[in-house]
Amino acid sequence: MVIFSLGIIRGIVGQIVGTAVGLILVTLIRLLMGLPAWKAEPAMIIGALIGAVGFMIGVGALSDWFKWMGGKETPMHHGPPTDKPAWTRYFSVDYNHKVIGVQYAVTGILLVLVAGSLALIFRTELAQTGLQYIEAATFNTLFGMHGIVMIAGILLGVGGMINYLVPLMIGASDMAFPRLNAFGFWINVPGAILVISALFMGGWDTGWTGYPPLSVLAPMGVQAFMLGVYLVGISSIVGSANTLVTVAKMRAPGMSWFRMPIFVWAAVATSIIQLTATQLIGLSFLMVTVERVLGMGFFNPVLTAHAIEVGSPPGNVVLFQHLFWFYSHPAVYVFILPGLGIISELLPVFARKPLFGYKWIALSSLAIALVGFLVWAHHMFTAGMEPFLRIPFQFATMLVAVPTGVKFFSWVGTIWRGKLEFPTPMLFVLGAISVFLIGGLTGPPNGTVTTDLYLHDTYWIVGHFHATMFGGFIFPFFAALYYWFPKATGRMYNERLGKLHFWLILPGFWVQSLGQIAVGLLGMRRRIADYDPALGIQNGHVWITVAGYVIGLSVLVMIYNLAWSARKGPVAAANPWRSRSPEFQIPSPIPEHSYAEAFVITGEPYDYGLPGATYVAMNPSAAPAAAD
Amino acid sequence: MSASAISQAEYEQQESANRLGLWLFFASEAFMFAGLLVARFYLWGDTRPHLDQAVALIITAVLLLSSYSMNRAEVMIAHDDRKGFLNSLLITAALGVVFLIGVIGFEWQGHIRPTDGAFGAVLYGMTGMHALHVVSGIVFIFIVWNNGRKGHYSADRHWGVHACAVWWHYIDLVWVFFYPALYLIGTAQ
Ligand code: HEM
Ligand SMILES: [Cu+2]
Repeated sequence: MVIFSLGIIRGIVGQIVGTAVGLILVTLIRLLMGLPAWKAEPAMIIGALIGAVGFMIGVGALSDWFKWMGGKETPMHHGPPTDKPAWTRYFSVDYNHKVIGVQYAVTGILLVLVAGSLALIFRTELAQTGLQYIEAATFNTLFGMHGIVMIAGILLGVGGMINYLVPLMIGASDMAFPRLNAFGFWINVPGAILVISALFMGGWDTGWTGYPPLSVLAPMGVQAFMLGVYLVGISSIVGSANTLVTVAKMRAPGMSWFRMPIFVWAAVATSIIQLTATQLIGLSFLMVTVERVLGMGFFNPVLTAHAIEVGSPPGNVVLFQHLFWFYSHPAVYVFILPGLGIISELLPVFARKPLFGYKWIALSSLAIALVGFLVWAHHMFTAGMEPFLRIPFQFATMLVAVPTGVKFFSWVGTIWRGKLEFPTPMLFVLGAISVFLIGGLTGPPNGTVTTDLYLHDTYWIVGHFHATMFGGFIFPFFAALYYWFPKATGRMYNERLGKLHFWLILPGFWVQSLGQIAVGLLGMRRRIADYDPALGIQNGHVWITVAGYVIGLSVLVMIYNLAWSARKGPVAAANPWRSRSPEFQIPSPIPEHSYAEAFVITGEPYDYGLPGATYVAMNPSAAPAAAD
Repeated sequence: MSASAISQAEYEQQESANRLGLWLFFASEAFMFAGLLVARFYLWGDTRPHLDQAVALIITAVLLLSSYSMNRAEVMIAHDDRKGFLNSLLITAALGVVFLIGVIGFEWQGHIRPTDGAFGAVLYGMTGMHALHVVSGIVFIFIVWNNGRKGHYSADRHWGVHACAVWWHYIDLVWVFFYPALYLIGTAQ
């Protein structure tokens, strides 16, 4: 059967079979132990885990490793499949980092679309007071699902940019561990399937943060959501380790740390966070899992009689929040650092000027990542945490504004008196800066204890983090899609549709974000299906909802544009943006093995407009000359 | 990695990347184990449950001993002593199994149950997570042992053995932190 030659189909079959095996296994064990045969949650957990393994076996992500375990050697197969059409490689395990990068990015976009559609459903509900279309419980599931699927989508988008760009930018033939790279992508697929399947297991009502005690009491959907996040977390960990090794070991000759393209610095900083902090969201979700199925009271303040007898102290829900935010605050920098890297990467190209303060920008990414580890408790000012922790966390939070300010300063310095050009990627870069500014300015009031006591859990917070994520990820990600589209496909996107996309999403987003901030200040709580008409915020809600639809429409324009142009667009030049970066010095689309010969770095990366400056010395046999 | 098809220089280059990757993974895991320690100190404070000190001391000694035999295994393959290498691996795995028996068969049969508030949760959480890693180490040892039996390692090409050995030492090191946190620090209730 042709269809089974697609890895993803085999993987899904494997996941179904594995899940069934898990369900049967748990039931059999329970029978043998003389317990009532069917208990849904343990069966579901084991089923989900074996199902994930089944997917990975089915898709073929483990095949080479199984052979290694048996002592066999496996050659590294590169290139399109010889026995099936070339497009099938995108649906199967492939070891080329460019293919994996595209797989990541496209899956990420798909998840963002799913999550966005969910948001439109509950935004429609919120446009009027009262409940019209959905019940409160469904509303809860929808916003939780919206949040976590968006986060998964963003993580995949980040993975897409890093996997596609980092090896190209440092002149490596591939990532350091190509098989691990494929594994890291594919493990997301059963993860996403699990998260979405929570819809059919009663949903859950905690939102994406999964706080106990509610998550311990919630329907089984919360379990599917947590296991799914666990799998996505594995992807973050192996992917970031791979990135760090690649950057440390495989840079082109002459590319010292301070001559790397700036995006690579962002990738390094991001990877440091992903590698380490991810473990703690995993641990916190695991603790909730064992509390749910084994009754281990990490977070339960109520003691059993026997526990009192042995003198045990009670569990504590605040512990969960510490562990959770130790990941989830730094995670917001995982979302934005690559995007901010894209802004710094593209601005000099379109301003035809050197990047202002390269070293400061490079180190500010690291500084944000490291200081970001010290601020997590600013999410817990109202949580009943130890009061003496408030002030230190308030000041640590303010400290992050310093390296973030460095970035803004550098962007302004780069634009200043440049020869600006405004193709679609540049528009998105400038839009990103404007949007991120909204997010950045609404942050410090949250980090200040006195103001946060009022702002916490209002729509203000929703406005804040949407602005940071759109400015820090969504806009730069779109910029990157347009910017590298000709390199990836060999064709040009349609500029007019690109501009239409931009001029829909930018005002759409401003209205949405400022609207959220406004209704929040007027008393709208977050995560709630209804509000009091007397608050006078219904008009605001209508604006937010309409803006949401405009944003959704604009993304459809982009997808149409990219899908159409990939096949029918005009053939792209090798270096349409006159970039100095190495990947633009080779043909479009980029050949299977990227660089025919190794290149040497002979100068600074961003000396745009400086006569005679070179960055990359390509072998003369390779394509076009470096730009001005 | 493919051992024979590539030159020694390529092998060493790949090995240095592998080594960095492995240590990064250790760093990552360290955060998870540290999270468990945080839970221990957050919930238990300066108390701890009454546990069987003798069992704990014995299994700790057994685990430390197993690091020694693991080290022997690596040294022996580096000297092409295939037989000693295989035997040392088996001894290591056997000591690991003894450790597991001590945890599951004795420590877990005491008067503290998993459902006993923070005592139960943290005790079973930490020892369980650690035991899971010991199991992974034993599986790794058997894979390496099996490949070694087939003659896949040599004095200058035995990355698999090295990875297995440091993984084992790492799990051992984690216990060096867990043991005092569970059994020594704080006053027993
Ligand atoms: C100027 C820098 C920033 C500061 C000072 C800041 C501060 C804060 C604070 C204190 C909160 C908690 C508010 C509360 O729940 O009461 C918060 C929430 C949040 N921030 Fe930021 N933030 C900043 C930038 C960012 C960035 C760059 C992102 C992400 C891309 C981000 C994403 C979020 C998210 C997702 C939440 C809500 C989490 C939740 O409860 O669901 N923030 N921010
Ligand atoms: Cu935060």
